Amino acid sequence: MKCAVIVFPASNCDRDAHDAIMHVTGTPPQMVWHGDSEVPDVDLIVLPGGFSYGDYLRCGAMAAHSRIMTDIRRKAGEGVAVLGICNGFQILTEAGLLPGTLMRNAGLKFVCRPVELVVDESQSLFTRNYSRGERVTFPVAHGEGNYFASDDVLDRLEAEGRVAFRYAEGENPNGSARNIAGILNEKRNVLGLMPHPERACDPLLGSVSGRAMFQSLLEKLS
Amino acid sequence: MRARVFVTLKPGVLDPQGKAIGHALNSLGFKSVGDVRQGKVIDLELAETDREKASASLRDMCEKLLANTVIEKYDIELRS
Repeated sequence: MKCAVIVFPASNCDRDAHDAIMHVTGTPPQMVWHGDSEVPDVDLIVLPGGFSYGDYLRCGAMAAHSRIMTDIRRKAGEGVAVLGICNGFQILTEAGLLPGTLMRNAGLKFVCRPVELVVDESQSLFTRNYSRGERVTFPVAHGEGNYFASDDVLDRLEAEGRVAFRYAEGENPNGSARNIAGILNEKRNVLGLMPHPERACDPLLGSVSGRAMFQSLLEKLS
Repeated sequence: MRARVFVTLKPGVLDPQGKAIGHALNSLGFKSVGDVRQGKVIDLELAETDREKASASLRDMCEKLLANTVIEKYDIELRS
C-alpha cells in the first residue's frame, strides 16, 4: 500500500501518522507539502491533525483552499482512499468532501484525553477489521470537534450506514450531534474522524485499537 | 470601495461562546442582558467602483470562504 501524508503549515500529527503507517504497514508514507500541485500516485492520502494555518477564520478553512486540495478532490472523486484525522476531518468538511461542519466544543474547552468509541459501521475500507458495535479507545485532542449538520443530513448519514464511529454513551467530549465521531462520504472512500487512531497504534501510548484501521486499509489496498 | 462583512451563526445554531459572554455579563451586574450571539466582522478594500459588481463579488467570497453556510449567515455593507 502506497501512502501520502499531506503536511500543512502547523500540521502537528503528520509525524504520528507517518509512524503509525510505518509501524503497521512496514512502508514509510511520502510526506507531501500542501503547496505542491500533485499528490504522487498512492492508494491512501492522509490529512493529519494539527492547527493548519493557525486555525485562522475557521479550522481547516484555509487549508481547504490550498493548492494540493485540487488534486486531492480529483483523486477522491476517482476513488482513492482519503483519511482525515482531527484537523484533517475539519479540512474535509470545509472542502466539501464530507457533509456538515465541526463547531466549537459545547463545553468551550479544549479536550485532550482518551475516549471510548463505538464502531457503528464495519462495511468500509477503513473499518472492515472492526466489528459493528465493537468498543475502541482513541485519544481526542481538539477545541472544535462538535459535529453539526442539519437533521436531513444526519438522517441520511444514518440511513446510508455512513456513521463510522460514535462516542460511547456518556463519553461525548464535545456535544457532537447524535454522538457522531467519524463519517464516510457517499462513495465510502473518504473517512473523517475527530479522534486519533494514529495515536493508538503502540502499547507505549496506552492503546493499540487504532492499528486495525491501518490494517484494514493495508489488506484492502495492497 | 470599502466593505464590511458580518458573519454570524444562523438562528437556531447553538452558540456556546455567546452563552458564556451572556453569563459573564450577568455576573458583572448587567442583569438586563438576555440572549447573546457572537460573530465576526471582516473589513475589506476592493478595487471596484460599481456597487452591483462589488456586492456580487462579495457574496461569492462569502459563499466560497468567508462564511461556512452550513452554520453561518452573512450580511454585506458597502462603504464607498
